[in-house]
Amino acid sequence: MTIEIKTSTLEPVRNTYEHIKRRFGDKPASRYQEASYDVAPTHNFHYRPYWEPDRELNDPRRTAIVMQDWYAHRDPRQYYYGAYVQARAKLQEITEANYAFFDKRGLGERMDEAVRARVIRCLVPLRHAELGANMNNVFSSAYGVATVITQAFLYNGMDRLGIAQYLSRIGLLLDGNSGASLASAKEYWMTDPVWQGMRRYIENVLVLKDWFEVFIAQDVVLDTLVYDLMYRQFDEVLTELDGGDIAMLTEFMKEWHKDTSRWVDAVMKTCIAESDHNRETIGSWVQDWREKAVTDLSPLAEIAVGEGALNESVDILNKRLAKVGLNS
Amino acid sequence: MSPKKLSLKEKYSLLTRDLEWEYSYRDYKEIFPQEEFEGIKITDWSKWEDPFRLTMDAYWKYQAEKEKKLYAIFDAFAQNNGQLNVADARYVNAVKLFLTGVSPLEYQAYSGFAQVGRQFGGVGARVACQMQSLDELRHVQTQIHAMSHYNKFFDGLSEFNHMHDRVWYLSVPKSFFDDARSAGPFEYMVAIGFSFEYVLTNLLFVPFMSGAAYNGDMATVTFGFSAQSDEARHMTLGLEIIKFLLEQHPDNVPIVQRWINKWFWRGTRVLTLVAMMMDYMLPNRVMSWKEAFEVYFEEAGGALFKDLARYGIEMPVYAETAIAEKEHLSHQAWSIFYNYTHAAAFHTWMPNEREMDWLSEKYPNTFDRYYRARFEHWREMERAGERFYNPTLPMLCQTCQIPMGFTEMDNPTLIAYRQSVFQGERYNFCSDGCKDIFDHEPQKYVQSWLPVHQIFQGNCGGAEMEDVLAGYYRMNLGTDNLDFHGSPDEQRWNHWHNLQTAAEQMKKAS
Ligand SMILES: [Fe+2]
Ligand SMILES: [Fe+2]
Ligand SMILES: [Zn+2]
Repeated sequence: MTIEIKTSTLEPVRNTYEHIKRRFGDKPASRYQEASYDVAPTHNFHYRPYWEPDRELNDPRRTAIVMQDWYAHRDPRQYYYGAYVQARAKLQEITEANYAFFDKRGLGERMDEAVRARVIRCLVPLRHAELGANMNNVFSSAYGVATVITQAFLYNGMDRLGIAQYLSRIGLLLDGNSGASLASAKEYWMTDPVWQGMRRYIENVLVLKDWFEVFIAQDVVLDTLVYDLMYRQFDEVLTELDGGDIAMLTEFMKEWHKDTSRWVDAVMKTCIAESDHNRETIGSWVQDWREKAVTDLSPLAEIAVGEGALNESVDILNKRLAKVGLNS
Repeated sequence: MSPKKLSLKEKYSLLTRDLEWEYSYRDYKEIFPQEEFEGIKITDWSKWEDPFRLTMDAYWKYQAEKEKKLYAIFDAFAQNNGQLNVADARYVNAVKLFLTGVSPLEYQAYSGFAQVGRQFGGVGARVACQMQSLDELRHVQTQIHAMSHYNKFFDGLSEFNHMHDRVWYLSVPKSFFDDARSAGPFEYMVAIGFSFEYVLTNLLFVPFMSGAAYNGDMATVTFGFSAQSDEARHMTLGLEIIKFLLEQHPDNVPIVQRWINKWFWRGTRVLTLVAMMMDYMLPNRVMSWKEAFEVYFEEAGGALFKDLARYGIEMPVYAETAIAEKEHLSHQAWSIFYNYTHAAAFHTWMPNEREMDWLSEKYPNTFDRYYRARFEHWREMERAGERFYNPTLPMLCQTCQIPMGFTEMDNPTLIAYRQSVFQGERYNFCSDGCKDIFDHEPQKYVQSWLPVHQIFQGNCGGAEMEDVLAGYYRMNLGTDNLDFHGSPDEQRWNHWHNLQTAAEQMKKAS
């Protein structure tokens, strides 16, 4: 039941800002709308950037994707800053409880040596890949178009830093807080043949100039594959090996990926529906990066899960792409 | 195996700095292509001292708590019609200036810190900048939300972003930030992280936020308090970048000094808007601009530069000029805006007798001598029904884009003009500082999108002023602009408080 509290009613002169009214009509607006639409500067930039003199400061030509109006996008989660930090604070609270439980029960010490070694070799090195994902998403936030898109890239980028930190804490829980597991994981990341493909892939994305291609290579192709491979399939492997306790520590990643996928799919759908040009451009990027990913991830997939694992993940990727309007 | 306790520093280092690796499939320079072109020499990013150690989980938690409290106040403010409690409706014009002039800069800061948060080769610096980027996004969005309620009851706020990209006086703050963002990553950090967020921030936020507190604006003041801990982080980052650059290589010192000179001057020009806000737009005065400048720049800044002397850094070159200007700045700026209010999206007015006396008291060396008589004359004209508006278009400074209305400091009756010739064209400046900035990077500043030039060239909606103001700027003429007296803002305010304007009283009496 809602109780209506009477306050002296004054008639407002207008319901919302004019640019919000032009988009959504003359009615009170949501906080998401006011915070996200038509906020980025669009006109009359004063100087060409020293770092890219043939472009304006904010320039839609930094990607091959063309939208008549980039504000056609909408984040289904309706994250503006306040909503975003509230959502993450909730998720981290649950995560914190899980980590504390794992620690208190000494589950790390009780873990089978072989399982521990497998986690350190196959999961913990992902912390470096997550740092790459952080940089890639911040890149798209910095050079992308329209707040409704770029703010979500920043949230995503910071999320990836958070995930890199959780993965590091998994290492610390497994090595009695000595940091030894993190040192081994880094060694794997740098020299183990199992990880070199993944590292090469990330470094290749870090040099891209088109922010939407970065998004495709990182958030669409690589993340779909890796999150299925590591947080579903590898998880099942660990459970079989009696290492299911780890799942408690990767709950955040799973929940996060579900959450972010809603946004990733929405971006894809809107861009693909806009024009054939966009669909074809995105299609060719997807093909290109999926091919690279299959080569680059297969050693890891085989060691972490086993033969055929990557194919399963690729199937999932393809289904996801079909859903947003991209048939292979 | 008993877990050993890692120190906070060790743990943060493992959770952040240790994530970095040495690239081998791609070249470092391909990944960080902007690191060298400014001439700054970085020999070792690992020497970067983390200015704050905040992991993401802690960030989410603290910031979410702050947001929860902040939005509870916003809701209460709206529900209780908090706008009725401001000192008087003139105050809201400070809010208008803030939303159209400053909030879009918070957005630019979000973008700028995201740029450098990707471009720096050191993970410690990147992550600190990314967090500031996220904070700045918070600031622009919470400001839009805080002022959303004012927008429902007052004019001049509803096209804030459209105006920021176009209106003549808003090109002053816009070009300031465009300038920083179009520079390289290190200059950006000296410009915004250090000069703005560290040296000058107290001259921007303290006046607005205490202005809000003194004038009953709960929404803005709550935002101000809530942003304080963000700003504390930003200040430590600004100081760290300076120390880091100066310690990395002696060749960096002269480059950094030149940037400090430039950005101090650029910054003080932008603060002109704050100066007039403090001295003229707040019904309840906090302190004078002159006093604020003395406390926050001369004292605090003086101590800071004494501290930086050991690196070979000196006081910004034009600090002396800025100190002399503190006696004049707000009066000259308010004169300009009083003259051109028909082309502005906020109201101006002449101070009443009590306010004039306050100005005389706060500015014993200048107000009575140079300004009071002029202002009293304008007030007389208004009383006679001939409120003065200047129908011409002013000439703008090529660098700071403020109308050429500032005077020589040794002769406050003489407008200052400086000129430079570049590739056969003549360019005008308001000051030596602005001329020097131009002369060092003329190719950059010839590009300035000068609003008055653009109007003359026909790029702003047409030849008639009405085309420009109503069409291109989207100003509601007769509503957003002109004197406060007689404005719809004033009428509504009086209506809510059952007050009568002088004009209505006269009508009734007769
Ligand atoms: Fe800010
Ligand atoms: Fe700040
Ligand atoms: Zn100037």
